[in-house]
Amino acid sequence: MISIIQVIAVVFGLFAWSRAWLRWKGREITIGEFFFWSFCWLALILVAFFPQKSPYFANILGIQRGVDIFVYLGVTLLFYLVFRMYVRMEKMEQALTKIVRELAKK
Amino acid sequence: MVWVVIAAFNEAATIGTVVKDLADHGYKNVIVVDDGSQDATSKAAKEAGAVTLTHGVNRGQGAALQTGIEYATTKNPDVIVTFDADGQHRPEDIQAVVKPVKEGKAQIAFGSRFLGKSDVPLLRKILLKAGIALVWIFYGVKMTDAHNGLRAFSPEAAENLNLRSDRMGHASEIIEWVRREKIPYMEVPVVIKYHTSRQGHGSYLQAVRVFVDMVWRKLTQ
Repeated sequence: MISIIQVIAVVFGLFAWSRAWLRWKGREITIGEFFFWSFCWLALILVAFFPQKSPYFANILGIQRGVDIFVYLGVTLLFYLVFRMYVRMEKMEQALTKIVRELAKK
Repeated sequence: MVWVVIAAFNEAATIGTVVKDLADHGYKNVIVVDDGSQDATSKAAKEAGAVTLTHGVNRGQGAALQTGIEYATTKNPDVIVTFDADGQHRPEDIQAVVKPVKEGKAQIAFGSRFLGKSDVPLLRKILLKAGIALVWIFYGVKMTDAHNGLRAFSPEAAENLNLRSDRMGHASEIIEWVRREKIPYMEVPVVIKYHTSRQGHGSYLQAVRVFVDMVWRKLTQ
């Protein structure tokens, strides 16, 4: 019996994967980034299809419930992405200030 | 020769008077950095006789000061002074901050309202003292006034200054830099005028921004 959440997870996983594919095709992300996102979304699809297998992977990592592994990894990933975005934004802010400054001094 | 650098954002109402007042006190070399103002700040500053540099977009007080200081260093100055655009500072206090730098006693002189006879409103006093405490905790530097815009830099110090805090965090960044590079500094008494109509809730909001910027910079540096 397939539940609604499984359908949603699979549809969303495929959608997100297609976005990653298009970004890679458009050369907006590197192949490494594409593989990383492919791994994330494929993992989501696989777990949605075979939820009974997820405790096996969770136990390997020392986590009891299968679904917890997703929560833990998801939060960790989000923290990392926020950090990366912050660093990138800071760099852009600094670059913008530099441009504005050089123009002002002319 | 003393060069005065003023960062101004939407200060059309006061900047002309401030620049003229400086000229009346003998400070004719004034650089106003218009930090992307929406009003006629640049025009008012230019008409009052200042050299005007314009930021195409607003980058914050720290960024504007860095622009002005960098420009001033190309003018072969003896001392570079930073001065606020809102008429809080008195031109006659410039002499006090310039003196120790000119005499070689310090490379940077900070104006301190708590050493002078400023009548600081209570809430503002609390916020400023909290800022002083944070500077002490974060950087181990005991200042009597950590967020006073009236400062004097020797040309050497000005050339080495590279502010990365575009917004309000620049004041504490300067103190941190002074400590890290072991730059000789002094604090001298100056007076802050609190009777201007500008000292409304906005200035308290600014004090809160200074605080947030300081903590944020400490967490992310």
